[in-house]
Amino acid sequence: MTAVPDIEFRGVTKRYGSVTAVSSIDLAVPPSAFVALLGPSGCGKTTCLRMIGGFEQPSEGKVFIRGQDMAGTPPYRRPVNMVFQQYALFPHLDVEDNVAYGLRQARPRLSSREISSRAGEALEMVRLAGYGRRKIHELSGGQQQRVALARALVNKPAVLLLDEPLAALDKKLRTDMQIELQNLQREIGITFVLVTHDQEEALSMSDFVCVMNGGRIVQLGQPSEIYDEPADLFVADFVGKTNLLSGTVAGHTGDLVEVTLADGTVIAARKRTALQQGEAVSVSLRPESFSLGAPESGRFKGIVRNRIFLGSTAEYAIEVQGIGTLLAKADHLIGHGNLFKPGEPVAIGFASGTPLAFPDTKNNGTNQRVDKHVEIIS
Amino acid sequence: MHGSRLRKNLLTAMLLGPATAWLVVFLVLPFIAIAVFSVGERAPEGGYQAAFTFAQYANLPARATAFWNTMVLAPVGALACLLVAYPVAYYLALRAPQRWRLILLALVVIPFWTSLLMRTYAWMYVLGGRGIPALLAYIGFEDVRLINTPGAVLLGIVYGYLPLMILPIYVSLERLDRRLLEASADLGATPLSTFLGVTLKLSLPGVMTGFSLVMILLLGEYLIPTLLGGGKVFFIGNALVDLFLQSRNWPFGSAIAITLVLVSVVVLIAANRISTRVSGARRVDLI
Repeated sequence: MTAVPDIEFRGVTKRYGSVTAVSSIDLAVPPSAFVALLGPSGCGKTTCLRMIGGFEQPSEGKVFIRGQDMAGTPPYRRPVNMVFQQYALFPHLDVEDNVAYGLRQARPRLSSREISSRAGEALEMVRLAGYGRRKIHELSGGQQQRVALARALVNKPAVLLLDEPLAALDKKLRTDMQIELQNLQREIGITFVLVTHDQEEALSMSDFVCVMNGGRIVQLGQPSEIYDEPADLFVADFVGKTNLLSGTVAGHTGDLVEVTLADGTVIAARKRTALQQGEAVSVSLRPESFSLGAPESGRFKGIVRNRIFLGSTAEYAIEVQGIGTLLAKADHLIGHGNLFKPGEPVAIGFASGTPLAFPDTKNNGTNQRVDKHVEIIS
Repeated sequence: MHGSRLRKNLLTAMLLGPATAWLVVFLVLPFIAIAVFSVGERAPEGGYQAAFTFAQYANLPARATAFWNTMVLAPVGALACLLVAYPVAYYLALRAPQRWRLILLALVVIPFWTSLLMRTYAWMYVLGGRGIPALLAYIGFEDVRLINTPGAVLLGIVYGYLPLMILPIYVSLERLDRRLLEASADLGATPLSTFLGVTLKLSLPGVMTGFSLVMILLLGEYLIPTLLGGGKVFFIGNALVDLFLQSRNWPFGSAIAITLVLVSVVVLIAANRISTRVSGARRVDLI
């Protein structure tokens, strides 16, 4: 027996005039999942969320919530609730009345005792017990965020929609809220659909990540799959940091493909799709897949340009003749004194099979994608 | 620095000076004069004669009809204005296509460019014997009287003060965060409950501003009741003109004027209280 998906998109397309925001999306979200819709701005993720909430109607296709076709169902009749970007709390109501707002709309009417006890429970759940009579503008960003959560969850929705919920918080608070959201989802056991442009947020919180680009789903999978086995160049580049090295296909050995890089080095790489001899490719190498060593060993030889010490790890920007600047991440083993200094020569190695080659139509032989990191790092 | 602070204060004084002088000469001093007049006596040949008596205030009931007409027609007129203005402001702020908005707003304001006197005269002809009543007679409704009735005055008031009501309401609705409306719908509120629970409440500051603005102006209204009410609907404004210019009873006129000011202040304070209590948001202040 397969469970009815909590959310299902069947061939959903959304057009605004001549602009296609979302194009023929099929997606099924299993019950009790934490799903992230991840992508750059304008990729259609928010439009998808708004179509679940009922604020937008698909131009084509259908959206189902728990097996029910939602065509023509207005937002106020849908069994979902949303945590809005910047929360959209009612400024004229205090915390408790904000949380109780949805309960007051219920028909048949709930008793005022039930309303206040459920609002109280919801506030307790987000650790805001005792804040009921506060005004919204008296709360900090993090507290407002939790009021928004309580206001949505108090209605016991089938699905909770979260639109960039952590974007307005500072980094420390964001990390705390990530854990809190994860715990909440497990506790309540309902499906959470999170929209974010922050790949770290998507990877760290969700069970499934749905990477979107240009109105389409490019990859759907568990966070580790998305990171380790990106479906294409876009995903490899967008999710996590990576080095993309331009090259051309020289030949095949077994499952691997031989790629000639700009400096003439040939490396063996895994591939996701069939590649033709002579085809332009980009090879993705994660910063942490490199091992740094004494100058005479390793695959590439380079010079350390920048070092960013991160405590447990250190990141290096290493200039390699003919390739560009590579970003490498190395564990910092305490007491070994193995930090390289800027200006020091270093050799870069990697296990064969870690590079991943993708067809790259924009590859014109230069390594601009690699050099991009320099801006980030310096 | 001591010197720069002094210079700053001097600059502030210079900038505020003209307005302060203007208000003192044309508002505070006349107000004091009127207050002094109101406790005086009418000179035998008319005008003012120094005295200290509350006799003029005791005599206020003599103009009870004018007070009554004003106290009824001012709030009723403001309310009628509100009922007509709100849907217009709502449409302009929340429904009208963006590129039409400025044009439509201009259309609301443009009538203001002609004097109210001219426009009210126009209404005299529209409502008068050769206007709508003649048209009605043509299709069989004989002897319909429109001009010189309270209804005509009300119509004139709504027409004349509509823009003053529309603009503050438009401003408060325009500032309304649209996501609040979506949040309300998301939480299960029907469009009607969203309107009552969010839109209307958050636009109350604008409503109260418009309402008190129109109401205060109506308390002193003189032109519309004279032209469209034909002297039959007597307002405080008419009473004041009569007392100051015709019967030259300045002290009694002053007592009425002072009472009118006090009523206006009470109305303003009440409106302010109501809107801050209900909406909890900061006011949109135009007055």
